[in-house]
Amino acid sequence: MTALPSHTDKKLGLVIDLDTCVGCHACVTACKGWNTQNYGAPLSDQDPYGKPSGTFLNRIHSFQSQPETGLARTTHFPKSCLHCDDAPCVTVCPTGASYKRVEDGIVLVNEDACMGCGLCAWACPYGAREMDQAAGVMKKCTLCVDRIYNENLPEEDREPACVRTCPAGARHFGDLGDPTSAVSLLVADRGGVDLMPEQGTRPVNQYLPPRPRDTIADVMTGDEDILAPFLAPVAEDPKGFLGWLDRALEKL
Amino acid sequence: MNQPKLNLSPKVSDEVRKTTCYMCACRCGIDVHMKGGKVAYIEGNRDHPVNRGVLCAKGSAGIMQHNAPSRLRAPLKRVGERGEGKFEEISWDEAYSIAEGWLRPIRETDPSKLAFFTGRDQSQSFTSWWAQAFGTPNYAAHGGFCSVNMAAGGIYTMGGAFWEFGQPDWDRTKLFILFGVAEDHDSNPIKMGIGKIKKNGAKVVGVNPIRSGYNAVADDWFGITPGTDGLLILSLVHCLMKAGKIDLEYLRDFTDAPVLIDADPNSATHGLALLDDDGHKLVWDRTQKRARCFDAEDVNPDLAGVWEVGGIRHRTVFQHMIDKYLSADYAPDTVAERTGIPAGRIRGLAAEIARVAFDEAIEIEQEWTDFRGRTHKTMTGRPVSMHAMRGISAHANGFQTCRALHMLQILIGSVETPGGFRFKPPYPKPATAHPKPHCKVTPGAPLDGPHLGFVHGPADLALRDDGTPARIDKAFTWENPMSAHGMMHMVISNAHAGDPYRIDTLFMYMANMAWNSSMNTSGTMKMLSDKDDNGDYVIPHIIYSDAYSSEMVAYADLILPDTTYLERHDCISLLDRPICEAEAAADAIRWPVVDPDRNVKGFQSALIDLGARLGLPGFVKDDGSPKFKDYADYIVRHERRPGVGPLMGYRGENGDQTGRGAPNPTQMQAYIDNGGYAIAHIPDDAQFYKPWNKAYQDWAVEIGLFDKASPYLFTLWCEPLRRFQLAAEGHGPRQPPDHLRERIKATMDPLPIWWDAAAAHGGDAGEFTVTALTQRPMAMYHSWGTQNAWLRQIHGRNPMYVPTELWEKHGFDEGSWARITSPHGEITVPVAHMPALNRNTIWTWNAIGKRKGAWALHDNAPEAKEGFLLNHLIHELLPPKQDGMRWSNSDPITGQAAWFDLKVKIEKVAAPADGTSRPNTGRQSSPVGTGPDKLAWEVK
Repeated sequence: MTALPSHTDKKLGLVIDLDTCVGCHACVTACKGWNTQNYGAPLSDQDPYGKPSGTFLNRIHSFQSQPETGLARTTHFPKSCLHCDDAPCVTVCPTGASYKRVEDGIVLVNEDACMGCGLCAWACPYGAREMDQAAGVMKKCTLCVDRIYNENLPEEDREPACVRTCPAGARHFGDLGDPTSAVSLLVADRGGVDLMPEQGTRPVNQYLPPRPRDTIADVMTGDEDILAPFLAPVAEDPKGFLGWLDRALEKL
Repeated sequence: MNQPKLNLSPKVSDEVRKTTCYMCACRCGIDVHMKGGKVAYIEGNRDHPVNRGVLCAKGSAGIMQHNAPSRLRAPLKRVGERGEGKFEEISWDEAYSIAEGWLRPIRETDPSKLAFFTGRDQSQSFTSWWAQAFGTPNYAAHGGFCSVNMAAGGIYTMGGAFWEFGQPDWDRTKLFILFGVAEDHDSNPIKMGIGKIKKNGAKVVGVNPIRSGYNAVADDWFGITPGTDGLLILSLVHCLMKAGKIDLEYLRDFTDAPVLIDADPNSATHGLALLDDDGHKLVWDRTQKRARCFDAEDVNPDLAGVWEVGGIRHRTVFQHMIDKYLSADYAPDTVAERTGIPAGRIRGLAAEIARVAFDEAIEIEQEWTDFRGRTHKTMTGRPVSMHAMRGISAHANGFQTCRALHMLQILIGSVETPGGFRFKPPYPKPATAHPKPHCKVTPGAPLDGPHLGFVHGPADLALRDDGTPARIDKAFTWENPMSAHGMMHMVISNAHAGDPYRIDTLFMYMANMAWNSSMNTSGTMKMLSDKDDNGDYVIPHIIYSDAYSSEMVAYADLILPDTTYLERHDCISLLDRPICEAEAAADAIRWPVVDPDRNVKGFQSALIDLGARLGLPGFVKDDGSPKFKDYADYIVRHERRPGVGPLMGYRGENGDQTGRGAPNPTQMQAYIDNGGYAIAHIPDDAQFYKPWNKAYQDWAVEIGLFDKASPYLFTLWCEPLRRFQLAAEGHGPRQPPDHLRERIKATMDPLPIWWDAAAAHGGDAGEFTVTALTQRPMAMYHSWGTQNAWLRQIHGRNPMYVPTELWEKHGFDEGSWARITSPHGEITVPVAHMPALNRNTIWTWNAIGKRKGAWALHDNAPEAKEGFLLNHLIHELLPPKQDGMRWSNSDPITGQAAWFDLKVKIEKVAAPADGTSRPNTGRQSSPVGTGPDKLAWEVK
C-alpha cells in the first residue's frame, strides 16, 4: 500500500471541452511522440505492421447517442489519467512505485520501482493506465511533467504536448486548486464536471459538457411573421416583388 | 512520502529545424527536433501562418512516416509481370537511360504518346512546366478526381473558392455553415476556426449526411441526403429572395446582377451580356435611363427590368434570377422530401441566415476606395461564412451546386466583407484572368502554352482539327467542356481502350491509381496489366514515382523512388497553391532536415535530370549542359516572368525585395532562417472588398500577383456555360455531337440549377436505393496513413456504417457482415451501427483497405483482411443508356469524378469463414519486405 499526500500545493490538471473536441486524435499522437521520447521507457508497439497493439497514454473514444426526441449525436471523448485527489491506483500499489506528487498533485509511476503487477490498472475506474508490453512497466499520463517545468523549452511551450497541439483549442492546462486560475474560471463558467463522481476518486481533470445542440427552431408556413420576421415575404407575387425592389433601390 | 527526484528539465533536442508538413494537403509549419542528427520529435511551428503552433494527429505522427519500413530504397526495374511486385534494384543512371529510351523517340515523333499525370503534387507549376517543355498535351494533377467542381465553380462565379483560395473571417463571423467537407481541405485551420467561433459564442451549422468530426461539434446538424445540397441551397435562396433578405447595394455595385442579357430567342447572342465597343458589360442606368458601362464612376445600375437596346430586348441577370428562384419549384415544401430536411427546418435555417446577415451586420471604421473611384467611409459585413469541399463537389451536379452555394453567399453580401468569406492571395482572380487550355502538339518542340485553364466557349476546347479530343483524358471536350483540372481518373481506361488514341508511356507521380485513387479498382488493375494478342502490354510503358511501396508500384515497369517529406526541397509557391492567409500573401519551402539514407531522390530533382538528358528547352543551357543542379537550384533561379519566380520572399541582389526582384542565390537559406516561410501583409485599407478595392489591386500589382489592376464583377450569370448552350442550340461554327446536345442544354444553365444526378445510378428496376459514401478520417490521409505504426492503430478498420432504420430492417447485429451491390459490382464487408446518419445512407472510411503485400504490411493486417474499398462499386462510366452509349461517371460540365452519386443495395450475409472481405484482389510481392514485429521508438 502506498499513501497519498494529505495535501498538494497545486492541483495541476486538464480541462477538456466536449463541446469543441472534433475527435481528430491530434492529442493522441502528440502525446505518443513526446512521451516515447521522454519520461521512462519508450511507448512500445507490438506487431506494429500487422495486427497492432501499442501503448498510448491518451486515447479518444467516440460515442453515438440517440435522445428520446431530436437528432442523434456523436460525442468525442478524450481520456487520459485524471490525476485524482483520491487516486486508488496509488493506494493499491504494493511497491510505492505509484505516487502523487506533493507539489503539484501529478500522479506518476516511478518505473524503477514498478514490478509490472498491474494492480493499479485494475484499481483505476477509468482504464487510464496501460502496461507497456515491451518494458513490463506501467505507463500513464505524466501531464508532461518533463515539459511543464522544462527550462530548455521556451516558457510558452511549458504545457503538456496534448494541450500545445490541440487544433480546436479543446484542451486546457492549469491549476484547478486555484479558484482564480483561468482553468478554474472556465470550469465555473461552463459547468465543468467530474468524470464518474460516484467512484469517489475526486478527479482533478474536468470535462466541459457540450452546449445544447440543434436549437434552430423550425418555421412552418404562415409562421413567418410571428416566429421568423426575417422570412416575411416582401410581396405575394413576382410583380409585387418588382415593386418592392424598385422602392428599395430608390432608397439606397 | 518518498518521492523520487525527477529531472524536470531534460534536454529536448540538439537543434530545431523548421520545415513544412506533408502528412496531408494542409501545409502546416513544423518544428523538427533533431537528436544526434536524427529526427526525434515533431511539433507545430508557433509562428507559422497556417497552423500557429498546433498540429493534427497526422503531423505529430510524421516521424513514423519518415521511418516507415515501406520506404522505397533505390530505383527499380520490373522483372515479373505487372501487378506481381517483382523488381530488381538498379542505378539512377540505368533508370534514366530506360526512361530516356522510351521518352526521346516519343518526343521526336509524337509527344502526345506520353501521358504525364501527377497526383497529390504540390509542385504543379513545375511539373506542368516540364510537361509543356516536353510537348505533350497530356498533363494534369489529381484535381479532376478530387474537388475541381469547388475550385472551378468558385473561380467562374467569383474568382476564387474555398480552402486554398479563401477562408471565413474567423474572428468576426457569427454563423459558420459547413457543407460536406473533406477534413484535410483544410485540416488545422478549420479546427482552429471552429474553436475560435465557439469561444466567441458564434454558431456552427453542419450540412452533411454523417454527423462525425466537425459535424459532431456543429451546434445544428442537417443530415441531408447526398447529392441534394444544391436543391437545399436553392431553397434557401428562394426563402431569402422572397423575404427581400438580400444585399441589394452589394448586388448592384459588385456583381453582374444588373448586367443586361440579350433576351431575344432568335438572336445569335441570346443569353449573352450586352457589351460596348470595348467589350465592357453594360447595365441600365436608373438615373440616365440608358445602357451604360458597368464601371462608370456615376453609374446607377438598375437590378430588374426588361429594356430594348439596339432593337433587341434585354433583361438583367437579376430579373432572370427573380423568374427562376421565386418559383415554387424551390419552395421548402417542394424540396423537403428529396433533401431529407423537413420544410420547417429549411425555413429555420434561412431565417437564421437572414437574422445574422442583416440584424447582426458589422461595420468597420476603415475608409476605402472602390474601382469606380468612389470612397467609402466604412466597411460593412454580413457575418455569415460558409465552407464546403468534396461532399458537395464530387457529384455529377457538383459544379452547379458549388455555384449555387457561392450565389447564396453573394446574395447576402458576405463575400470579401467583414465576418464573411475572404479571399487569400493570389485570389481574387476571375476565370478571365487565368490561362486557357493549350493542346497544340509539335514533334520535338514544346506545347503551345499551359495545359490547363479556363474555357470561355466552344472555341477554347481542346479538340483536334478533325474534332476528336486532343487529350488522352478527353478534358475540355464536349463531354465535359470546362474540365479545368483535367481528368486523371479517365487516363488509364482511355489509354487501355486506345480512345481517343493509343499512348506509349504512362508516367505518374504520387497517385495510387491501382488502388484507392481509381474508380473500378479491380478493372483498373486489369487494364494496367492487360496484354494484346502479341503478348505485349496494352499500355506499353509505365513509369511511376512514389516514396513508398504502394499498390501502384506493383503495376509499373520503372520506379523512380522519391524521398520522404523531411528529406526534400519543395516550394509551396504563389505560382501554384501557396499558404496565404486573408490578411497576407505567404509562401513556404521544404528542405532536407535530414539527408536520405537510401538511394532515392526528390521526384522534382529527378525530373530536372531527365529534362536535361532529353534536352528540353528551359532545362539546358545553350551548350546543352544541364541548366539546374537540382530542384532547389530551380526554385531559386527560375523566373516565370522577369523578376517573378517560385518564391516571393527575399528576392533581389540584397534579398530585401518581396514579390518582384532578381533571383537571390541565398534565398533558400533566408527561408530556412525565417522558419521555412515568408509573409507579406496586406495593407489595412486593402483587407476587404479585394476584387473592387483600389488599394488591394495596387498592392497586388506591386508584389507581382498580376501586372495591372484588374477589378471585375462577380458573375452570377456564367456566360461560358451559356456559350455551350448556344452551340447546342445550333449557333456557331464549332458544334457538339448530336447525342450531347440535349444534355448540354439541360445542364449548362448560366444560372445555378439542380438535377438528380444519382437517378442514373438506381438500376433499371430501381433496385439500388441506398446512397453510399466514403469519408476521409481526420487522422489518416489517403493510403499513406496505413504504413504509419501509430495512425493505423487509430484507423486500422473500416466497417460499413449503417443507420438505425436500415440496421433494424435488415436484422444486423454487432459482428454482422453485408453484401453491398451496385449496378457495377459487389463487395462483402463488416457492418457497424451508426444512429447519427442520414436515414438512407451508408458510409465507410476512405482508403483504409489495402492489398496484401503493399505498404510493407504483414498479411494479418486488418487493412488487408476485413478492410475494403468502396471503389469496387463505382465505375468510371455510367450504366449503358438505351442507345448503348455509356457516359462518364462525372460532372457533364467539368468532368469531376462523381464518387458520391453511388447507389447500392444492402443484404445481410454470413460472415466469410476466413474473416476476409470480398473481392479478393490477390497479393503483390513487396520490394521492401515487411515491417518489424516490434517497435519502441526512441532517439537517444
